[in-house]
Amino acid sequence: MNQTRRVIVIALTALLILVALFIPIPTNASAPQTRTLEVTARQFAFEPATLDIQRGDTVTIHLESLDAAHGLYIDGYAVDLAAEPGKRAQATFVADKEGKFKFRCSVACGALHPFMIGEMNVQPNFPFVRATAVTLIATIGAVVFFWREE
Amino acid sequence: MTMNRLELTQVPIVKKILVSRWLPWSLVALTLPVFVLAILAGLFGTPAGSRNFGIVFVWIVWWALVMLLLVPFAGRLWCAMCPIPAPGEWLQRRALVQPRAGGRLYTLGWKWPKRFNNIWLQNASFLAVALFCVVILTTPLVSALVLAAFALVALAMSLLFERRAFCRYLCPVGGFIGLYSQLAPVEVRVKDHALCATHKNKTCYVGSAAGYGCPWLVFPAALDKNTYCGMCTECFKTCPLDNLALYARPFGADLLTSRGRRLDEAYKAFIMLTCALAYSIVLLGPWSVLKETAYAVGSVEWWVYAASFFAANLAIVPGLFFACAWLARRIARAATSTRELFVAYAYALVPLGLAAWVAFSLSFVLVNSSYAWQVLSDPFGWGWNLFGTADWKWTPYLAGWIPLLQIPILLVGLAAAIALALRAARELRMPQRAALPIVAFCAAFTLAMLWLYV
Repeated sequence: MNQTRRVIVIALTALLILVALFIPIPTNASAPQTRTLEVTARQFAFEPATLDIQRGDTVTIHLESLDAAHGLYIDGYAVDLAAEPGKRAQATFVADKEGKFKFRCSVACGALHPFMIGEMNVQPNFPFVRATAVTLIATIGAVVFFWREE
Repeated sequence: MTMNRLELTQVPIVKKILVSRWLPWSLVALTLPVFVLAILAGLFGTPAGSRNFGIVFVWIVWWALVMLLLVPFAGRLWCAMCPIPAPGEWLQRRALVQPRAGGRLYTLGWKWPKRFNNIWLQNASFLAVALFCVVILTTPLVSALVLAAFALVALAMSLLFERRAFCRYLCPVGGFIGLYSQLAPVEVRVKDHALCATHKNKTCYVGSAAGYGCPWLVFPAALDKNTYCGMCTECFKTCPLDNLALYARPFGADLLTSRGRRLDEAYKAFIMLTCALAYSIVLLGPWSVLKETAYAVGSVEWWVYAASFFAANLAIVPGLFFACAWLARRIARAATSTRELFVAYAYALVPLGLAAWVAFSLSFVLVNSSYAWQVLSDPFGWGWNLFGTADWKWTPYLAGWIPLLQIPILLVGLAAAIALALRAARELRMPQRAALPIVAFCAAFTLAMLWLYV
């Protein structure tokens, strides 16, 4: 592949990746709701471990600990709760960012504490859709770029 | 093959440092006290991992140092400063810095068995550690015992076998550092092979009054990849012809040669790739049953986990890749055996595997590294506050940005893997389309990682 074609491949791939990253994606999401989620924590698990909500929802999380003191910190939202056994903690926030966000125990609670993790999926998960599109574009772009004439 | 390289040893201070006999000792002098403290904290400190120096500094700070900095950018530099083989090596030499005049090494000097002159034992030792990683990573006492066992085995092997047999053939960490060091933008190589040929004594391999023969059992003139060079710089001391150099080079330069490709190294690539995915699922996923099962060593469920873990590492992922290699062979209508394709294409997984490990490591290193401030002041969890940081609150760094960092890292690994797969097809004299099944495998793996993280 000559130099000019290589430059074209890189430019085209970069352009398509930019489109995949920033093109508006139409949704038919329902109107934002107010949700209350009950989450229990025990060594070393949250129940439920996966929270599914819609972007724009106003979410109240009630955290209840079943054994030791536990926390609940949501990456990207900086929501941080701490609950003693028998006491509930709560936080309310607007889910204004879509995607998958890990939530994790923020109070050292024992051996597996660093891996006491759950997931909050704020739908629609456009970041994953975009990441998938970018991966496929990058794959094709790389194949074309590194392909040598036979 | 010509390659753009920059000889760093042309800088006088760099040369002076590398030739100095104090360099290896100085590096280990930095790490050995930390290693000893990690073991002591594990043995006598709090059982709470996130409050114990032994857990936090080994599995978060050290791991970040190795996986995010040293391996990608400095290759096997960690092996030059690793404290584990140091006591054995010092005992073997009966010297810390300067060689004893005319002194022979204090070891039975057994030759390493030829049948194990490969990294299969390193693959096995890594898998053994990886299987128990949930316990090792979270339980200070177990972590300390494992580290102490490494040091004792290294010591025993240095008394029995010649040179650094433990590092070269058994160390579970050294295996993957060696594999991924092929990507690093630095290398130790001879400057002029013809000059080596004129040198009859081969002091770089057998040693001299100025230093020891290569502890890694490598003949520097034959070195064409970083995998087995521990960057100990002993050859800089023993070469009387000033024929050794440290070069800066393009990333991944070692992977551009197809010489010396082996099944044991290929399997190391599979094991590392599979473990990065498995840990992302087990440790960082929301499925607590997996974590609890992996932690419940000896239970019936754990045996199922162990069997699944080994099956994934040794059969399922390599099996899928073998199917891709078979498909590549069919597409190309090649005479080359599927096994040969399987091994050759496996090296395309090296950059993808490192990218996966960097992505995985970012997830827990950034979130948990603030524990380092606490244990720095209170390494044993005994209520000390040496530097006034014991009460610093746990703070996840860049937690919301982690997926945004992981995506480009994985994509860079994928692009490099694709380049290497297409290159491998050319080297095997097959049409480029024969690499497409391998490309599909790499893309599918990347998407699986993204699904877990994004």
